[in-house]
Amino acid sequence: MTEPPAPIERTADGDFRVHLGPEERDLLRRLTAELEDLLAAEPEDPSLRRLRPRAYEDEQVEREYRSLTGSELESLRLENLRALEETAGRDRLDAGELDRWLAALNDLRLVLGTRLDVSEDEFADGFDPNAPHAYELAVYAFLTWLQESAVEASASAFQDEAD
Amino acid sequence: MSSATSAPGVVELERPADSEHEEHDRPWIVVVWNDPINLMSYVTLVLQKLFGYSLAKATELMLQVHQEGKAVVSSGTREKAEHDVARLHAHGLWATLRQD
Repeated sequence: MTEPPAPIERTADGDFRVHLGPEERDLLRRLTAELEDLLAAEPEDPSLRRLRPRAYEDEQVEREYRSLTGSELESLRLENLRALEETAGRDRLDAGELDRWLAALNDLRLVLGTRLDVSEDEFADGFDPNAPHAYELAVYAFLTWLQESAVEASASAFQDEAD
Repeated sequence: MSSATSAPGVVELERPADSEHEEHDRPWIVVVWNDPINLMSYVTLVLQKLFGYSLAKATELMLQVHQEGKAVVSSGTREKAEHDVARLHAHGLWATLRQD
């Protein structure tokens, strides 16, 4: 029996191959576009809170820190989301593009996971298609599956460089 | 991890107790907190990439975060700690800093 290929695999020439169907690629484009829109239209939406964790306990110091670092963090986030949106159709990625996928996939999971209030072992009892928010949970599971593969591919390349 | 910026003992002995100076000398520490969304493998990879930790060291810190709820991942001057926190936030990790 042969396993289906992992969605993201290292290639012999040092870049990464993406095995995804057209619907999955469309979903990635749609999710990134939606998050870009939400960041622009509703920057204070509660589902975005995990994207901007506090650095300091003290309110005043936190505000000062945020005023210095906040906009850079936001523009980096948008760059990563746009990079994923633009390269969602590609069969090959270089290491820099994969890094942007990693960051953007993580942001998508942070926002969706916050909205769904997921727990650490969300799918320990399997996936229930009749659960409330079953579609969103399926999307979250898809993003998790894809990110796990992206992390594994990136870690394997990183480890070889370090050795 | 290098942490202390305090002077060697001999200098400490020669210097009178000076609370302002001690305040200045105490290193800032960066703490990463557990959260239910970030993947364990992802946290390990981010710690390796950002801080140059070995796989073993990064895995140990990730497990400490996972099992104990938090771990100190770096320390140093306030500027360095703020820079580290900003990089961790850019990667979606839940990190804070405070003076030790």
